[in-house]
Amino acid sequence: MAFLELRNVSKSYGEGAERTEVLKDVNMTICEGEFVAVIGFSGSGKTTLISLICGLIQPDEGEVLLRGKKITGPGPDRGIVFQNYSLLPWLTVEGNVAVAVNQVFKDWDPQRRHDQVRKYIEMVNLTPALHKRPSELSGGMRQRVSVARALAMNPEILLLDEPLSALDALTRGTLQYEIEKIWREDRKTAVMITNDVDEGIILADRIIPLKPGPRATLGPEFRVNLPRPRDKNELNDNDIYKHLRNDIVRYMLDIGKETGAGKSALELALPDLQPKDLRPSQREAVLSREVRAAIE
Amino acid sequence: MATKVINFLSLCGLTWFVPFVKLASGECPKEQLREILSVIGIPVVSVLIFFAFWSFTAAQIKTSLGNLPGPVAVWEASKTLIAEHRDERAKEKAFYQRQEERNAKRLAKDPQAEVRIRKYTGKPTYFDQIGTSLITVFAGFLIATLLALPIGILCGLNKYVMTAFSPLIQIFKPVSPLAWLPIVTMVVSALYTTNDGLFEKSFINSAITVALCSLWATLINTALGVASIDKDYINVARVLRLGNIEKIVKVVIPASLPYIFAGLRISLGVGWMVLIAAEMLAQNPGLGKFVWDEFQNGSSHSLARILVAVFTIGIIGFMLDRIMVVFQKLVSFGQDVATA
Repeated sequence: MAFLELRNVSKSYGEGAERTEVLKDVNMTICEGEFVAVIGFSGSGKTTLISLICGLIQPDEGEVLLRGKKITGPGPDRGIVFQNYSLLPWLTVEGNVAVAVNQVFKDWDPQRRHDQVRKYIEMVNLTPALHKRPSELSGGMRQRVSVARALAMNPEILLLDEPLSALDALTRGTLQYEIEKIWREDRKTAVMITNDVDEGIILADRIIPLKPGPRATLGPEFRVNLPRPRDKNELNDNDIYKHLRNDIVRYMLDIGKETGAGKSALELALPDLQPKDLRPSQREAVLSREVRAAIE
Repeated sequence: MATKVINFLSLCGLTWFVPFVKLASGECPKEQLREILSVIGIPVVSVLIFFAFWSFTAAQIKTSLGNLPGPVAVWEASKTLIAEHRDERAKEKAFYQRQEERNAKRLAKDPQAEVRIRKYTGKPTYFDQIGTSLITVFAGFLIATLLALPIGILCGLNKYVMTAFSPLIQIFKPVSPLAWLPIVTMVVSALYTTNDGLFEKSFINSAITVALCSLWATLINTALGVASIDKDYINVARVLRLGNIEKIVKVVIPASLPYIFAGLRISLGVGWMVLIAAEMLAQNPGLGKFVWDEFQNGSSHSLARILVAVFTIGIIGFMLDRIMVVFQKLVSFGQDVATA
């Protein structure tokens, strides 16, 4: 049975002439223990999609099912890591995780809750920063707190809404590695939204492109049959990786051209930093730069 | 150590002293001296120029109570006020001492004798009046806060409540304390009929008037702060399924504290300003009454004494603002607070 299922989900915003259909007839099935990355252009409705799964918004048509039960609102069974961390600035690292743990595990005794908080802070290597407030942390550290908070609720599914897009490339690489490691430990079902093809390949079992909105639908999926743990440096020389990457990049560029979503985005000057050795294929390097610009 | 002191000073907005601390800890003396010259030197020069201008113009203006007092006269007047305070305290002490001795004697004669302790009834000194003013302003400020916070939070949470309160806020906000006072006086004397003397009527009148004028800033800021909470925080509360009360206590109030404290700071400032006028009319024995009495008194020292009050009011107002700035900074994690 499908663990998470989206059936003919449509969502639009606004009324009358202002009405824009963001998602149209989205169908998706995710199995238990699977890591799925949804990749798409900005403005294609990625955040709408994850908000629907999270239950923060309701679909106009269709339904979102978790273990066959319809999702009607947000809940701690779906731990979400927001794009901009959403930490409470008046609480320390410990406080931010504790506020979730205390709410979700109300019936636990205090010692057990305390241990749960500490365990997940340790997992994201933030024990030294236990008593710091978010304003004293770097972007990467804040996002780790956010990950710890989501995981400490012991959710059935982990939702990641462009979790690393606000970080610099180096931090992004480290965190990808860490998230992959944490995920491997208990293989929790995860859905990640991203605009970075490499990030998808490193983390996910399956990559589903979201065609550019309005009326966004999902494109054909790409399976990532790469062994874990996946090391970014080793992958650069891996043929499966290179082919897969090329395929996805080409597909994204094609749908970008089709809808024109890529064109306007190409003109944006973007900080295109990726600490990565692209020497094996010059063509791929050019392609990659194009697609990243197009996607972002 | 030096870093801690500097952090504390900048928390209080007392950044002028930072170069001194740095100098004391031996940090690049030349640079610090230049810094001191600019942050201390410029204000000192400007104040001196002001004093010169003041004493020059004051000497030109003849009033029915003699010349307008210059800085020197005001300085002398402030010394007199301190001396009067000391005298009064000495008299009080002597009064209680005499009373004690008398009572002791009476008890020695007849252990059953009824001993009554009479209170000293001398007139309040300038410092007593400052104390009364401070107590009154804080009482008014407390009433204002207790009213404004819950209403502000409700307004911020629900736009219908906001729409309902909006016309009332708009109409009553600009009303002067002098307009409120007669109404307050009449209402208080109608409702507060007990004469047990727990609170003086004049005190209640002044405090309520202060509250009526100062609650608006807190109310509006609280409503604004609550209404403009980052949507992400609300999403966090929704994902955690926090109940309404929990959401308000754990997310809404902490998230809007910087706004709330900015409002409280303005409220306290307004309250202190309004208080003087309220005390004048309500005859509450604080600084306002002091100014009024001196004005009615019309002696040749009156104007100088009133000017002492002017400076006192200004300096206390400034200190109250600084105290609120400290609170405001403590609750604004990582955000800047304007201290000017």
